[in-house]
Amino acid sequence: MELVTPEIGLVFWTTISFLIFLFILGKFAWKPILAAINEREISIENALMKAEAAKEEMARLTSENESLLRDARAERDIILQEARKLKDKIVGDAREAAQEEGAKMIEKARLEINMQKALAIADVKNQVASLSLEIAEKVLRKQFEDASKQDALVTELLKEVKL
Amino acid sequence: MEKRLILNSKILKLSRICALFIALWAIPVMAFSQEKAASDGNKPYDPKVAIFEHIGDAHSWHVSLPLVKPFAIPLPVILYTDKGIEIFSSSNLHEDEVYHGKNDYVLVKDKIKIADETGNVDATKKVYDFSITRNVASMWLGMIILFIIFGSVSSSYKKRVGKAPKGLQSFMEPLVVFVRDDVAIPNIGVKHSKYMTLLLTLFFFILINNLLGLIPIFPGGFNLTGNIAVTLSLSFIVLLVINFSGNKYYWKHIFTPEIPLWLYIIMVPVELIGIISKPFALMIRLFANITAGHIIVLSLISLIFIFNSLAVSPASVVFVVFMDTIELLVAFLQAYIFTMLTALFIGMAVQEHHGEQHEI
Repeated sequence: MELVTPEIGLVFWTTISFLIFLFILGKFAWKPILAAINEREISIENALMKAEAAKEEMARLTSENESLLRDARAERDIILQEARKLKDKIVGDAREAAQEEGAKMIEKARLEINMQKALAIADVKNQVASLSLEIAEKVLRKQFEDASKQDALVTELLKEVKL
Repeated sequence: MEKRLILNSKILKLSRICALFIALWAIPVMAFSQEKAASDGNKPYDPKVAIFEHIGDAHSWHVSLPLVKPFAIPLPVILYTDKGIEIFSSSNLHEDEVYHGKNDYVLVKDKIKIADETGNVDATKKVYDFSITRNVASMWLGMIILFIIFGSVSSSYKKRVGKAPKGLQSFMEPLVVFVRDDVAIPNIGVKHSKYMTLLLTLFFFILINNLLGLIPIFPGGFNLTGNIAVTLSLSFIVLLVINFSGNKYYWKHIFTPEIPLWLYIIMVPVELIGIISKPFALMIRLFANITAGHIIVLSLISLIFIFNSLAVSPASVVFVVFMDTIELLVAFLQAYIFTMLTALFIGMAVQEHHGEQHEI
């Protein structure tokens, strides 16, 4: 029974001492210790998070680089293709233009030739006409050099005339 | 590989400390025997007296060290009687001898009583004994040790901001973090930080006194945490903390639980008893565990003196070592359980909503 009978003195001193102990340790030990532990945990957490973020950033950058490279490559291909197309077009256009020009020139030449030909033919015709007239004049002159022949013709002509 | 080596050496150190604790237990056999030899040899040895002398409190601190003649450290006696406060040294008090102060005092079974002129106990006069007894002194010793330990730990936290713990700091930090992460947070939850001071102080106070109680020689070997007055004070503080932090759900659960009205006659008294019984269980658990451990160890040692033969001592020591190993575990376990249950009860009191669990 003595064992389970609390003594007032010990209860008093334990309570007082424990409360003071609680206060002092709480103020000078637990508070700074827990604060330091918390702070360190937070900083470790942060460091880990930062490392994770850095890793993600790295991965993102790498993938971004890759995609950039891929895009660049694709763009290069497109540009090359376009250039090729443009070249083909330019060459084709040039050829077409040259052909057209050539055709135009040929046509022009033909027209010129035709015109010249027509002129030449007209000229030839005129000369032939005047030549023929000259020949006819000369033939007529030759035929009618003899007056008897002139008279015979006139007589003949007069015979035809019926009054 | 190197890390493992370091770890192993740490374990080795720890086991050495444990071995020291255990080895020290063998010493009281010698000390005990000296003490007993000093007392009269004719009377048959009464283990009950010896054991209860150790389990209980004393006004002076008897020191039995090997190779030193047993002596007693006097402690101040503080008494409050109808004639006021009186302070004197405990060296003035002896069994069956009257000390003449403001009153006449006699020591009966280490209890101070007021005596009348004839030297007999005057039962009509009350005396309140606020003496600095052996237990009070040893409690202060434990507190001083904790102050030194945590003063140095806390200063090393200030010196080594943001760095990994080192030395004593790294020995104490797991314990502190254990109390926080495995005791406070799972039981109390987000509001735990308010109660960390109480929980940590309780844990280390009980732990250091349990451990010091295991050391058989001066300045250890007392039975503080196995004293009902100490556990009463601790659990009374816990009782106050629980009920002052109880929120409206806690009180609603006690006074207006969601049950049929006629059950209130049973439930409300049961809940009211529960307020007391929770800390009461804490008080009894710690007291009984520690006291029982001490009684077993002392009984085993007493076997040697009961049989009055040195031949019993090997068996006795083997059993004592075994018991001490268990007591070492119990020292940690009881500190943990007391703190854990305190946290649990606080957690129940501050829980935001009790839900519909009592309808089941």
